[in-house]
Amino acid sequence: MVGITAYGAYVPLFRLSREAIAEGAKGEKSICNFDEDSITMAAAAAIDCLNGIDRDTVDGLYFASTTHPYKEKLGATTIAMAADLKTDILTTDFSHSLRAGTSALKSALDAVKAGSAKKVLVTAADCRLAFPRSAFEPNFGDGAGALLIGDTDVAASVEASYSVYNEIMDVWRHENDSFVRTWEDRFTLAHGYLAGVKEAVSGLMKKFGYSPGDFSKVVLYSPDGRRHTELAKSLGFDPKTQVQDPLFAVMGNTGTASPLMLLVAALEEAKAGDRILLASYGDGSDAFVLQVTEQIEKIRGRRGMKKHLASRKAVTDYKDYLAWRGILPAEPRKETVVFLSAPAIWRERDANLRLHGVKCKACGTVQFPPQRVCTHCHTKDQFEPYRLSDKRARVFTFAMDRITSPVLELPIVTTTIDFDGGGRMQCFLTDRDPEQIECGLPVEMTFRKLPMKGGIQSYFWKSMPIRT
Amino acid sequence: MEGIKDKVAVVGMGCTQFGELWDKNHRDLMVDAAYEAFEDAGLEPKDIQMAWYGSRESGFTGTQLASALKLEYIPISRVENFCAGGTDTFRNACYGVASGVCDIALAIGVEKCKDHFGGFNMDILEPFDRSMTEWDGPPVNQFAQLATRYMYHYGWKYEDLKRIFAMIDVKNHHNGTMSPKAQFHREITIEQAINAPIISYPLGLFDACGVSDGSAAAIVTTPEIAKSLKKDYMLVKALALTNGAGQAVLQPEYDFLHFPEAVAAAAQAYKEAGITNPRQEIDCAEVHDCFAITELITYEDLGFSPRGKASEDVEAGSFTLEGDLPVNTDGGLKCFGHPLSASGLRMIYEIYHQLQGKAGPRQLKKADMGLVHNIGGICGFFNCAIAILGKPE
Repeated sequence: MVGITAYGAYVPLFRLSREAIAEGAKGEKSICNFDEDSITMAAAAAIDCLNGIDRDTVDGLYFASTTHPYKEKLGATTIAMAADLKTDILTTDFSHSLRAGTSALKSALDAVKAGSAKKVLVTAADCRLAFPRSAFEPNFGDGAGALLIGDTDVAASVEASYSVYNEIMDVWRHENDSFVRTWEDRFTLAHGYLAGVKEAVSGLMKKFGYSPGDFSKVVLYSPDGRRHTELAKSLGFDPKTQVQDPLFAVMGNTGTASPLMLLVAALEEAKAGDRILLASYGDGSDAFVLQVTEQIEKIRGRRGMKKHLASRKAVTDYKDYLAWRGILPAEPRKETVVFLSAPAIWRERDANLRLHGVKCKACGTVQFPPQRVCTHCHTKDQFEPYRLSDKRARVFTFAMDRITSPVLELPIVTTTIDFDGGGRMQCFLTDRDPEQIECGLPVEMTFRKLPMKGGIQSYFWKSMPIRT
Repeated sequence: MEGIKDKVAVVGMGCTQFGELWDKNHRDLMVDAAYEAFEDAGLEPKDIQMAWYGSRESGFTGTQLASALKLEYIPISRVENFCAGGTDTFRNACYGVASGVCDIALAIGVEKCKDHFGGFNMDILEPFDRSMTEWDGPPVNQFAQLATRYMYHYGWKYEDLKRIFAMIDVKNHHNGTMSPKAQFHREITIEQAINAPIISYPLGLFDACGVSDGSAAAIVTTPEIAKSLKKDYMLVKALALTNGAGQAVLQPEYDFLHFPEAVAAAAQAYKEAGITNPRQEIDCAEVHDCFAITELITYEDLGFSPRGKASEDVEAGSFTLEGDLPVNTDGGLKCFGHPLSASGLRMIYEIYHQLQGKAGPRQLKKADMGLVHNIGGICGFFNCAIAILGKPE
């Protein structure tokens, strides 16, 4: 039996009211902070998914996104480092279509079925840019989903799958474009989304002998808040009882991540014996049938969709959103760091990306960053790696700085934090509320992007108030 | 170990105007500072046998000083120790004389901070590495973190700590009005200081020193030669330097309530000078008031105030010109700004003049022993230099 053995998700803390974009628009959309991108969100979803799972057992990581920071440079490797996975595993990126998330899922299922991997972590994330004030802009949300695919302790086995492609210019972005383009929606919906998903779902049901009544939940990617209902009806499903809410009111269309995130939302509600239908869309459609097992009850301890959605902070100023996304240019910083060094980035990769400190074998003292001579007992070169990314900490002291800052976040909060179990670190505090910061504040670690330099996107960890 | 006490004399000092000196480069500033020192000492450039040149970011190698003053073919070392660079440059020159390898040495510090976007660039390696663009800001947030913890640990209300900071700011601004070479010459009020915009919480605009250009120089020699040159030379009583071992950011034991580098440097200096009760034996001090919290904690680190009690001495006015231990009599970094490698020598310039009785309207009644203290860096990586000067017997 091959299928989903664990799930995770990530929804950024911040939500932009649609009213701020278009007068009278309802609901809100999730937006990533200025220091987040698809890689950081995918890393967060991956870590949520791996809660309680030995990370050394993962032997593949796939990353799907249409908003990859690089055109040439793998994202899966950065995410694998942040998730602290071993290096002798499969890593690859899936891109260029909102279907990439389910394409990655299909490849992972096939890899496990074929025996080339035992556990493959599939991640998908997107933070797509719409033209400001366009019809797409209120719809697009940011987020990430993660599914661990394996053949033991399966919580939702994949019973069948079916894929179709359709060649159509309905939603696209050329290499030189920042914003997603589209054609008139009466055309794109009729011949793109509605036709494509219908062909995949009906093809799947016909090929494997299912009828609409066989499914307890139908998870359909939807480009907006209502089109999935029209689609569901035309396929013979009851939108009231069978169809997963696409979470448009609270999140929006998260692109490549959307089918995975909606599936996670469905799995959070599912019980053993449920049969779920999943269908994506993007230049065609991938459709799957999943059978929920009793194992589902053993993987509940995750933030997933529900807890992430419940943990939110409103952004009311549209200009903040535009600035965070770089649509409104910020005044260039007075340059302080002259360049990033590729050898230095490479050399410090375990400390910076895995957030590995060291633990002294002689005296047991945890220290970050890794040292050659122990801070405590002065023993030389007797250390073992020690992961700090999954440890909670408390703020020992902090400053709220108005001059160091990138102007995207004022004040910028610097902290000195002490980890539970030992170790101290200085880092920025993100996703913060300046009013609520105090000495002793409990924090967790979050993987974030740093300012770009010389075409290099570097990443590091920040502290943040624990999301509850 | 005998130490440096009474082995080296200061016979000449110079200091430029500090401020936004847009029309002068670092060589211009060194010429101005050095020639004032030559005149003060009654010496000429050709009398200098060795020199030490302090610069954090305003020129590399001894050639900068040699070319500015046309010092032909003498040994010149460049000294860099961040904010402690000026005092450390002085220290090196003193050691040169004390070792006997030269009789007359020049120490000069210069900085053109205002050529660097109003601050100083961070194009340096450790602890600012190039593997990420993380800690790319000025060190103010580090001092602000000490202020936050000081407030938390001692149970201060924000308003009350800000008032203590303001009293330090007001004192230094008052002293600065009497220092013609300072960057700022205006009085401020407690209310102005408290209500000023926040730079890095909890530090406000007036809790922070300015940024400026400047240079200061000292000519040092043996006490015997000094006697032949002038009556009012000053003797070096102690020189201390410590460098942080990075421990504060590795060890949760570090409390953010003191600078271990300063505590250690003070112990070295007091031992060398034979000082057992600094509050009593030191008559005046120039301390590193880059931020108000630094000056407050420094009172404790140097043993001027008991640990945690510096605010009581601030409220009592102990460190004002009328107090029992005036601190930053010339207005400090607060009013001079902080051209890194020049500051320490500028502070020695003030102590030298206080001890000579030549400090003008800010002259203290009794000034026989004075202390200079610099500290700079970020937590775990502070550098602290202390120099103590005294009158000859």
